[in-house]
Amino acid sequence: MSTSSLVAQMKQGLDAPICLTWELTYACNLDCVHCLSSSGKRDPRELTTAEAKSVLDQLRDLQVFYINIGGGEPTIRRDFFEILEYSISQGIGVKFSTNGAFIDAPRAKQLAAMDYLDIQISLDGIDAATNDAVRGAGSYAKAIRAMDNLAAADFGPFKISVVVTRHNVDQLDQFKALADSYGAQLRVTRLRPSGRGADSWHDLHPTNAQQRQIYNWLMAHGDNVLTGDSFFHLNALGDPLPGLNMCGAGRVVCLIDPIGDVYACPFVIHDEFKAGSVREDGGFAKVWRESPLFLELREPQSAGACASCGHFDACQGGCMAAKFFTGLPLDGPDPECVSGEGAAALAAVTAVPVPMMDHSRRPVTNGAQSVSLMPSRASR
Amino acid sequence: MLASEDISTANDSLLTKVLSLHPQVALRPEPFGALAYHFDNRRLVFLKHPDVVTVVSALHPPLTLAEVLTQCGISPRRWPSFQTAIASLLGSEMLHEH
Repeated sequence: MSTSSLVAQMKQGLDAPICLTWELTYACNLDCVHCLSSSGKRDPRELTTAEAKSVLDQLRDLQVFYINIGGGEPTIRRDFFEILEYSISQGIGVKFSTNGAFIDAPRAKQLAAMDYLDIQISLDGIDAATNDAVRGAGSYAKAIRAMDNLAAADFGPFKISVVVTRHNVDQLDQFKALADSYGAQLRVTRLRPSGRGADSWHDLHPTNAQQRQIYNWLMAHGDNVLTGDSFFHLNALGDPLPGLNMCGAGRVVCLIDPIGDVYACPFVIHDEFKAGSVREDGGFAKVWRESPLFLELREPQSAGACASCGHFDACQGGCMAAKFFTGLPLDGPDPECVSGEGAAALAAVTAVPVPMMDHSRRPVTNGAQSVSLMPSRASR
Repeated sequence: MLASEDISTANDSLLTKVLSLHPQVALRPEPFGALAYHFDNRRLVFLKHPDVVTVVSALHPPLTLAEVLTQCGISPRRWPSFQTAIASLLGSEMLHEH
């Protein structure tokens, strides 16, 4: 079977996801301006330890090989290590994303002693000025200290995860050098206008010239750098980047959020892309296999307004989440379409979707209902 | 033609090898064949045909690859493509040699 027919099969969905992201909590010590889940405060409805373990039992039965744990800041949960150890004991490997604030020397040693565990530390600038402008004051120092602790504990090759923005795109070589200096692996991913990213995207997303810069850099380094296949919209610039070149949402990828809701991908926390809940009868497996949303996403997708463009086969129309949260139709160009179609489409947008949830600790400014128990802005 | 002949000659030595799935590898059936995941090196590999899955699942000592192919009823005419697939799985350490 050729790679293209394999991709065709994968678009019809797999029996279980390859890449499942599970955000354990909306609680976070940071307040990053591009947080895709608008995290900050814990949600009182979050899954209990027992519920989390029963989800893991089901993932084990589905033979999900590994899960990507995130948040919020997952290490904030008091049962974080219990969940981690239970997952690994069930034969499910874990990669967790963290800002590193709680990885002190003893915790680093504890983590280094575990098998089937990968750690991904978020860093969005090669210096404190660039990083902290996005991730908050002091976050650079905390991330570096976590890396030092992991290295001192002999954890092995952890990952450094960078969201590429207008302000750090010139630092890609330095990020690679930093990763190399730790024996770590660099991961770079695309900025999405999701969560608080909806507010910051216009100021942070790479310019059209920078997109070519990213493409060229990935073509030169792609085999040694992880991308989560997130830059496939750049394939219209030339030869395809390494990876599957397809949107995996609901087909090979999905998200379980802290309250057990299942979404098509980590970047679409919105009712439009909610497939169900692990708390329903049949649990996660039933949602994955039978939810009308996921079945629809596994049908052939229309090229819509992009049908007449010669690059559609290469870019696949780009990212569903990027289109949705910038107010663009899903069957049209990506807002960062390298042919410039996105910029024209954005100019015609009159309304963008209202976020369904916001757990930010700061006052809500975008009209969304906060689920927090704090007094609302109006009543203060 | 020369290049592919070189490959098939190199892979011929595979037929006499005794192979098995690496103990850290899990196979998950899928409509196209199976996914194989190596828990040590974190590699994920697609087995793109159900017959490859059958053969890989049947590998166990002391049988050689040729004996397993025969046992699985794979026609010798198809052996070269299986040798290529098995060589690739050996290269990614999904299989190991005894």
